[in-house]
Amino acid sequence: MYNPQLNKDGDLTHLLSIEGLPQRILTQILDTAASFMEVSARDVKKVPLLRGKSVFNLFFENSTRTRTTFEIAAKRLSADVINLDINKSSTAKGETLLDTIDNLVAMHANLFVVRHASSGAPFLITEHLRRIGRDDVHVVNAGDGRHAHPTQGLLDMYTIRHYKKDFTQLRVAIVGDILHSRVARSDIHALTTLGVPEVRAIGPETLLPKHLDKLGVHVFHDMNEGLKDVDVIIMLRLQNERMNGALLPSAGEYFRHYGLTPQKLALAKPDAIVMHPGPMNRGVEIHSAVADGEQAVILPQVTFGIAVRMAVMSIVAGN
Amino acid sequence: MPSLPNPLPDAEAQCRQLADLIRPQLSKNPALVGIYSGGAWIAERLKELLGLADDIGLIDVSFYRDDFSEKGLHPQCRPTVIPFDVEGRHIILVDDVLYTGRTTRAAINELFDYGRPAAVELAVLADRGGRELPVAATYGIWDVPLGDGQNLVLERKDGAQLAWRLEHV
Repeated sequence: MYNPQLNKDGDLTHLLSIEGLPQRILTQILDTAASFMEVSARDVKKVPLLRGKSVFNLFFENSTRTRTTFEIAAKRLSADVINLDINKSSTAKGETLLDTIDNLVAMHANLFVVRHASSGAPFLITEHLRRIGRDDVHVVNAGDGRHAHPTQGLLDMYTIRHYKKDFTQLRVAIVGDILHSRVARSDIHALTTLGVPEVRAIGPETLLPKHLDKLGVHVFHDMNEGLKDVDVIIMLRLQNERMNGALLPSAGEYFRHYGLTPQKLALAKPDAIVMHPGPMNRGVEIHSAVADGEQAVILPQVTFGIAVRMAVMSIVAGN
Repeated sequence: MPSLPNPLPDAEAQCRQLADLIRPQLSKNPALVGIYSGGAWIAERLKELLGLADDIGLIDVSFYRDDFSEKGLHPQCRPTVIPFDVEGRHIILVDDVLYTGRTTRAAINELFDYGRPAAVELAVLADRGGRELPVAATYGIWDVPLGDGQNLVLERKDGAQLAWRLEHV
């Protein structure tokens, strides 16, 4: 089956989505990231892999954390990093996405990190590069619409593997607004590919996509039931803009049913870890006592994210 | 094609010879850094034979190779681990086979990202010639000219015994 992320040898040349990637590639990324963790602990936090290469951060949608960690990752690989805040530049003047890309290719870009509000934008760029004969320029999806956020999915897998070692014995619960969450989608594909036997989705009916069971996911509307005996809890951010629609009554009501409190956390296994892609809404989806508690691994996730992005960029740039 | 001794020399005996060559340097308090994977096994042996107190360092040169743009990243890279302070230290890099010298170059570069060692020496079991860089072993046991289609591989057998194997590529 044609996969736009892979070259004819089956190696990863772009990272657009976790869906459709074989376990071999996910494992290679996680293993490589483990080696990069060590680089970040050194005095000189740099390796020369991408020396002389230019990485363009194209953020059509705001994100401080993701953009910063991609920037740090690229710099630790010795690449030159150019951050483009597209909202404030050409697009505002009416330039099309692909015209912007053509201009940046003319500036000798080697790798694009793309965040876009529209699902499929990174794919569109990849296809365009192929059409103009420039598939030596690589694309990494940093989050597109509701579709995918593959590096977040991978750093979540790195975190789980770091604390739990083995994927094949785990019960993992994803809690919250799964319907609008590209993180949840990437996590579900990654967990399934890596052999996690039980993935649970917990949330109100209005925030869960239909047909989750077709992905092999067990659906729960009652958090007390869904958290029972899980090893890993992935909390999702409740976007404030969802609150004023018909989807949810109020933040307080949401917290009462789906906020992770110490009492609800106690239903999971005693050594369960709590993850969150950030930014957190304390008192909306997570209680401060949990967010700052011993089982939270939310800040290590950020650190692992740099190593995972170093791994992804160096693997695609080398293929 | 040059003829090789049959059977191939005993790699364990070669490790003991290598330790004998290094022993006069012990007053410099050397630290061993093995290059994955063969060099790491040899460094482990040398540490025991020389009775060194420090744990050995391990280097995987994947992030420092000069053929990244042709070959990409090696699919199986392992973390480099340097469990001692490199600054001002007498370092002995350990590898199984010295060939083009490019791995040694990469390992020296990586080492310097940890600090400025007092000295860096190179210990190898086998030197197969074919250098493409001005690199030479400080301590070497076996000069073995190999043909183009031949490759010398150090293996660790079940009982953790080190042994040479000739590969035809």
